[in-house]
Amino acid sequence: MTTAANSLSWELRPPMENGDFDVEAARRDFPILQQQVYGHPLVYLDNAATSQKPRAVIDAISRYYESGNANIHRGVHFLSEHATEEHEAARRTVQAFLNAADKREIIFVRSATEAINLVAQSYGRKHVGAGDEVLITAMEHHSNIVPWQILCEEKDATLRVLPINERGELRLEELPKLLTPKTKLVAVTHVSNALGSINPIRKIVEMAHSLNIPVLVDGAQAVPHLKVDVQQLDVDFYVFSGHKVYGPTGIGVLYGKRALLEAMPPYQGGGDMIRSVTFEKTIYNDLPYKFEAGTPNIGGAIGLGVAIDYVTRLGIDNVAAHEHELLVYGTEALTAIPGIRLIGTAADKAAVISFVMEGIHPHDIGTILDREGIAIRTGHHCAQPVMQCFGVPATARASFALYNTRQEIDVLVKGIQKVKEIFA
Amino acid sequence: MSDLRELYQDVILEHSKAPRNFRELPAANHKAEGYNPLCGDHFTIYLDLEDGSIRDVTFQGAGCAISKASASMMTQSVKGKSKEEAAKLFERFHSLVTGHAEGDPDALGKLAVFAGVSEFPVRVKCASLAWHTLMAALEGKQDAVSTE
Repeated sequence: MTTAANSLSWELRPPMENGDFDVEAARRDFPILQQQVYGHPLVYLDNAATSQKPRAVIDAISRYYESGNANIHRGVHFLSEHATEEHEAARRTVQAFLNAADKREIIFVRSATEAINLVAQSYGRKHVGAGDEVLITAMEHHSNIVPWQILCEEKDATLRVLPINERGELRLEELPKLLTPKTKLVAVTHVSNALGSINPIRKIVEMAHSLNIPVLVDGAQAVPHLKVDVQQLDVDFYVFSGHKVYGPTGIGVLYGKRALLEAMPPYQGGGDMIRSVTFEKTIYNDLPYKFEAGTPNIGGAIGLGVAIDYVTRLGIDNVAAHEHELLVYGTEALTAIPGIRLIGTAADKAAVISFVMEGIHPHDIGTILDREGIAIRTGHHCAQPVMQCFGVPATARASFALYNTRQEIDVLVKGIQKVKEIFA
Repeated sequence: MSDLRELYQDVILEHSKAPRNFRELPAANHKAEGYNPLCGDHFTIYLDLEDGSIRDVTFQGAGCAISKASASMMTQSVKGKSKEEAAKLFERFHSLVTGHAEGDPDALGKLAVFAGVSEFPVRVKCASLAWHTLMAALEGKQDAVSTE
């Protein structure tokens, strides 16, 4: 699969109307963007790794620790009541953001990775047995591969992989063959971190559900960039990380359909997840607390709530339109440079441009761009099987967020010219 | 830009494009694999070792310009040397790329072009991967070497 597929930029959806979105105003909300790196204005294009934080999020976290800090769900005092209220308000914010039917379906975890491990260890260990199968895809992040490998190894089950084509799209025509009575779960990413491909989740869910197979969707790369409605998608589990959607690190979300979560055994034991404990018997707490053992990341949840409010205020559709315009502009600009090959040219793509340059290793590209103040990711992006599919050890990846501009893409292009000069 | 030119010296770029001793060594009696998970660099070092001396050394694999040039120039530098001399050279080389160079700068010979690496701490692993792998091959270790 080494077809040079550089010529697909015009197959991308054309730029959409993006209303009144004012990128310069948005940039002013992010203090970190105002700095210089090696004497150049910072051009931060590593948003698929983590996004920067708006002032509102930074302030909310500071405010919580300055004047609101207390443990939740147990104190009778003023601060504890207030912290509990803020923590639960953040849960309702996430519920509305995903359009979940019930706030009890929103479990706070540490990250998307932890959410997947929770489902693998709780739902998976209960429902996957010897000879069964778990189906993932060839474009998964390691976080949506390894937890299933661990489960399959323990249960003597088999991990199956839905392949991708040379553009980095799922080969859906292979899906019916891979969905069998042995398949106990499908785990698929909504948006590929390494390729940018947006997957047709609704269609996959319909096909899986026709055989009563539940579907977990890794939304880590999706929620910052497109409107997600878990009821419309009809997904059984949906996970994401706060830090990729302008929130803090250390907080993530597991959405699960209530009936499934109710029937699942706890993932971790401890405080908060119990109703009563004796040495003879422990009665578990109700949802969502059953899956939230121990003192949670209260400040993180509050910060995430504020981050989601921030994105919602700008309008996720406006953000998506702005980023898509950057994708179209960036794709055209990069494909115009001789010697560049794009990795991932799906027709439906989020704002991620992965590329390789003839005769120049991505790591060298990254170092040279860094000295121009440009932050990109180079490497395998925790998706080594994807790299193997395309026959490259690594790629350079520019990934965009709501605060990126066309001018920054121009700086990137100039930086790439410099790479070529050095390696000329 | 000057830091970058220090790092990507012409000699380094030239070796990365046309690496020397870049082949399998049929006569090899020692070999080791080295892997840098950060950037996916992956090299195999082949050694023909006789009476504690490196009669011949070659390498194969893929990696960034720094790791490839380092492997190429290393093979040139250690050929004909004893195990102890090679280990001593690595010690000097490592001090150089980590910015702690002491003693006679001429002792490194051509390898001195890697001095610029010290300004790029994340690239130290790239520059030293081949050397770590060589040390493993000299010691006859079978497991793949990782820079992590």
